[in-house]
Amino acid sequence: MSQSNTPRTSFVRTEMVGAEPAPASEVGVVGWMRHHLFSSIPNTILTIFAIYLVWVIVPPLLDFALFSAVWSGENREACTTLVQGGVQLDGWAGACWPYIGDYISQFIYGRYPFDQIWRVNLVFFLFVVGLVPILIPSVPYKRENAIYLFGAFPVLAFILLSGGNIDLNGFLLPDSVMAPGFAKFIVDFLILTAVFCLIGYGVARGTDSPPMPMMRGIAMGFAILLVVILLFGADFGLETVETEQWGGLLVTLVIAVTGITASLPIGIVLALGRRSQMPAVRLFSVIFIEFWRGVPLITVLFMSSVMLPLFLPEGVTFDKLLRALIGVALFSAAYMAEVVRGGIQALPKGQYEGAMALGLSYWQMMQFIILPQALKLVIPGIVNSFIALFKDTTLVLIIGLFDFLGMIQSSYSDSTWASPVQSLTGYLFAALVYWLFCFSMSRYSLFMEKRLDTSRR
Amino acid sequence: MAVADTPAEAGAPKAAIFNDPKVRGAVIQIVLIGLIVFLIWGMVSNAATNLARQGIASGFGFLNVTAGFGINISPFVDYAETSSYGRVYFVGLQNTLIISIAGIFLATVIGFVVGVARLSNNWVISKLAYVYVEVMRNVPLLLWIFIWYFSVLRLLPDKANPMNLGPLGLLNIAGYYAPKPIWGEGAIWIGAALIVAIVASLVLSSWAKRRQLATGEQFPVFWTAVGMIVVLPLIAYFASGMPLSFEMPTASRFGPRGGMRVYPEFLGLLVALSTYTASYIAEIVRAGILAISHGQTEASHALGLRSGPTLRLVVIPQAMRVIIPPMTNQYLNLTKNSSLAVAIAYPDLVSVFAGTTLNQTGQAVEVLLMTMLTYLALSLITSLFMNWFNAKMALVER
Repeated sequence: MSQSNTPRTSFVRTEMVGAEPAPASEVGVVGWMRHHLFSSIPNTILTIFAIYLVWVIVPPLLDFALFSAVWSGENREACTTLVQGGVQLDGWAGACWPYIGDYISQFIYGRYPFDQIWRVNLVFFLFVVGLVPILIPSVPYKRENAIYLFGAFPVLAFILLSGGNIDLNGFLLPDSVMAPGFAKFIVDFLILTAVFCLIGYGVARGTDSPPMPMMRGIAMGFAILLVVILLFGADFGLETVETEQWGGLLVTLVIAVTGITASLPIGIVLALGRRSQMPAVRLFSVIFIEFWRGVPLITVLFMSSVMLPLFLPEGVTFDKLLRALIGVALFSAAYMAEVVRGGIQALPKGQYEGAMALGLSYWQMMQFIILPQALKLVIPGIVNSFIALFKDTTLVLIIGLFDFLGMIQSSYSDSTWASPVQSLTGYLFAALVYWLFCFSMSRYSLFMEKRLDTSRR
Repeated sequence: MAVADTPAEAGAPKAAIFNDPKVRGAVIQIVLIGLIVFLIWGMVSNAATNLARQGIASGFGFLNVTAGFGINISPFVDYAETSSYGRVYFVGLQNTLIISIAGIFLATVIGFVVGVARLSNNWVISKLAYVYVEVMRNVPLLLWIFIWYFSVLRLLPDKANPMNLGPLGLLNIAGYYAPKPIWGEGAIWIGAALIVAIVASLVLSSWAKRRQLATGEQFPVFWTAVGMIVVLPLIAYFASGMPLSFEMPTASRFGPRGGMRVYPEFLGLLVALSTYTASYIAEIVRAGILAISHGQTEASHALGLRSGPTLRLVVIPQAMRVIIPPMTNQYLNLTKNSSLAVAIAYPDLVSVFAGTTLNQTGQAVEVLLMTMLTYLALSLITSLFMNWFNAKMALVER
């Protein structure tokens, strides 16, 4: 009995045994591979299949783009085989990079006059200066930055790119009253300003509010507009460059940036219209949005290039680029409207009720409460539509504009570099450039999404 | 006292009629409608004068005029150079529908495979799927079409030396030559047997479901259905004296003869469209599966379901509710994007109708209006169908 109470043991461990290291097959590279690559027979087969797929695709691609590629040369001889009249051995296939180097300025600037290219570079520089700080959330002065990017920059860019110096001949009075010219333009503009001020006065009186602020606002707006138009008309000594000479990445960026900048305000108005209480406004917005969203962009571009001139009064002509811009802006405005609507709908009802309880009017509520929150919510959506628009700009080559892809496509007709590898080299380069642009933008959109996602964690 | 008196003395506060929300709303709407009417009237009258000046008669009379140009691809609609522009429209519509349906089918298959692969435990597979998605969707579709059509398909062997795919036919730079089925006497019985098998499978599946609900006993519906759909037409095939044969294309010095030719324009466009759209579908599928909480899988395992039935009976039905609405958008996008066919001259609606017909007749307004309304109608039909499908799949809340 007593023996069971005091067990006689020769050794009792006083401390815990340390953990054994995991088996070699469970840790390190081997363990990781066992778990992630060869955990079961089907998984092993999949892994082998995937590695085979990579083996089939990647080495030939690398070989074409890098190892077998030609890096220097003067003309097609460098990139063709002996049979084709070049210096390469038979059976050779590789990228022809000197062709890209030869054409790079055309791919970026199109047929922009060579001695004027500094203007395009300056525009690119001004754009980056405005864009980078607005994209980084921690940089201050967002308001001033936005005014620069969306107000001053487009004016500067237009003057620099086109050369400004447009003819101001007046637009309102018939020619019989006053001869077309600068004086007539000023008179016309003053008449228009006066008309709008009167309308503002009437509206202000009708709403029982003091007429002065309203009229001052209208006068201010028209004064800024006049300054901008006068700047467009002023002669800065810049050579005029027709838009037919623009091309390459320049046109791609002009269309994408103008499209997105113009579509944002239109999209906001349409989104508000779709949520409006007024049936006519709502119906109009819905029809407008669904129409543009239901048709392919290429038909919109056909429409703007073929049908738009028919709808304009005699004597009024838009150039090709402007017509395409109008089509692109209307098209992307419809998509933008849906993006913005998503943001507006995501706001809780309490925000509206709070704003109304404060006695704010509809526009005050939208301007100070709803839109600032909604637009911030949809920044990733806006970036995503910008990516879509950026990719869609390639379609303008079908209506005969020379964007980046259009320039690459048209460079194939030059016999200096004609070779069997030319088209693949050109497309590879184009794909790389588009990919870099789109991928970095989508990363930025993901980054903003994570930053704005405060609700989850 | 004064406080009590004020309202009575002042009566209703003096509100300008303009401040009444109803009146203001009505005025705004009238102004908007007036503006739109004015704009449309202006556009129409401008168009009328411009057309009159250019000597173009408006109206749809041109649809009966002989087109006079050839279209190489028209599998179902009879078309010759002497056909009318109206027929050109149907040829284009037919080709748009063919490429859209084929593209949607292929994109869905690739998209589901890639989407599931991205969630795989297998590191190589998931990274491969990730790279696929990021490469595909960050390069414009038009560039993909050019790459496939002008670069990759041009690498195929020339006409005289086609690549032999064995029983699948021949492949060369001029297209893919598939074996052509020749339907002999009595081939109708094979089709009839197929229909009977499908109907029988449907009946069987509903019977099996009812029996399972009543008794809990399961029935191997899937394998029985597969068996019926394979075996019944085979029996019909042999019973009616083997009326179906295939005409194999044969290589010759001037290109393959016989068989069914699939043009390279179609192949290039189909591959580009479906691989590009598949990258978007893959992301949708991935998001849909991720949206189902892991608890569902765990609960299903706890109930004793293995991973196959868990995926099929628990995860996928719930994920479908998240997947279908954005998937509809992708199908619509693919249909609209098929209009890029014009860049490589695949004769779709935009290419032959809004392109060639418009250029030859100059009837820009009518042609573009017809084209756009067609796409609108296609969009509407697709979204109606998908809404119906979505309603069927949606969670029935009690």
